[in-house]
Amino acid sequence: MLGNLSELSLMLLEGLGGSLYMTFAATFFAYVLGLPLGVLMVVTSPSSIMPAKKTHAALGWVINIGRSIPFIILMVALIPFTRFIVGKGTGPTAAIVPLVVAAAPFVARMVETSLEELDPGVVEAARTMGATNWQIIWKVFLPESIPSLIRGGSITTITLIGYSAMAGAIGAGGLGDIAIRFGYYRYQDDVMICTIVVLVILVQVIQSIFNLVAKKIDKRSKTD
Amino acid sequence: MIRIQNLSKVFDGPVPVTALNQIDLHVQQGDIFGIIGMSGAGKSTLLRCIALLERPSSGSITVDGVELSSVTGRELIRLRRQIGVIFQGYHLLMQRTVAQNVAFPLELLKTPKREIEARVKELLEMVGLSDKTGAYPAQLSGGQKQRVAIARALANSPKILLCDEPTSALDSLTTKSILDLLQNINRQLGVTIIIITHEIGVVKAICHKVGVIDSSAMVEQGPVKEVFASPQSPITRLLLGQMEEKEGGASQC
Repeated sequence: MLGNLSELSLMLLEGLGGSLYMTFAATFFAYVLGLPLGVLMVVTSPSSIMPAKKTHAALGWVINIGRSIPFIILMVALIPFTRFIVGKGTGPTAAIVPLVVAAAPFVARMVETSLEELDPGVVEAARTMGATNWQIIWKVFLPESIPSLIRGGSITTITLIGYSAMAGAIGAGGLGDIAIRFGYYRYQDDVMICTIVVLVILVQVIQSIFNLVAKKIDKRSKTD
Repeated sequence: MIRIQNLSKVFDGPVPVTALNQIDLHVQQGDIFGIIGMSGAGKSTLLRCIALLERPSSGSITVDGVELSSVTGRELIRLRRQIGVIFQGYHLLMQRTVAQNVAFPLELLKTPKREIEARVKELLEMVGLSDKTGAYPAQLSGGQKQRVAIARALANSPKILLCDEPTSALDSLTTKSILDLLQNINRQLGVTIIIITHEIGVVKAICHKVGVIDSSAMVEQGPVKEVFASPQSPITRLLLGQMEEKEGGASQC
């Protein structure tokens, strides 16, 4: 049992900080990699603006491979790579490397799905106006898909909260680390429950913020 | 102005589909040319070929003597800007305002902001939407959306406006107002207009000439009055007959 309540809350706060740091940094870098990948998937598809069958198929394979490896295995397998990138194998910063590797293909699929929702007629209209492929990506595909991309962003972020908790198992810190060390190894149910409560609140808050932003920004819902 | 000779389009596949078969067409400067046919006859493919969205399998399309069917790259993009296109489904950018939609083709050319503003104002006045500048497409009616699309298609001052079933999603009153607008554009700006439609009423209302497409081939073309006064092909008679029935039905109620 922990000494007192303030000690517990201090620990949870620290864990929350670690989880948020891992989640947001990983989400950011996952989009840096995944967004261009997703765009490339869409524009190289046979009916799109830059059809390239082989590139499209190869990208699909890479993304699928990335998505089939269970995160816990990916994390361990990537330790040498992580050491190479950030100089150490444990801690929150080290956990960001496997988180990004796991999330980037996930993000690519989310982006692909969002962009494919766009009416192909709109892209065709832009072509008749003499838009270059680059202009179609920057001025049609991305801005028209922003509300959907933001909704996808909430799914990615929340998935990464889950992954970052798993990363706690190999000493990445954060809320997952607390839940495993105290709740699982030491049978301190109260600590575990508190951790879960914090996680639940975190997920709810993040989802609500994303929903609000997506709704505010979407001009299709303006009817008056 | 637009001369199409021996134009064919075959879509490859396990079973090749001939969408256009040896089409010949001549549209003169200042014409409003209607192309009518049943769904699946090939009229949309013809429009897509003229709009440089589809490459013909054989034959030629020339606009002011410039051959369109073989251009590529930058030249293709430059030529597309000289032909405006509007669609049945409007295809507006839903996250942009009316003014931003009309500004879009000008932005693509990196036109200075001030020039864009002036041109957008002028275009929206012409289509009668000056009061909707800041509205989003979701807030507009079908007829208003088509007006935005027309303003957008005319932003680069094209010599040709292609219309793919421009009124097929609209009620009869709105159809009339859109057709009036197209007629005004033709008269005031001298824009040559090609309208693809399955509604014979559209052709009768504003077209000078008509071409009838059936099963991928042009079966008949000429001045609207002549073609409709003595239709030569069964499909033209059928299309005309359909309208008479409709009118007869309307007068009965």
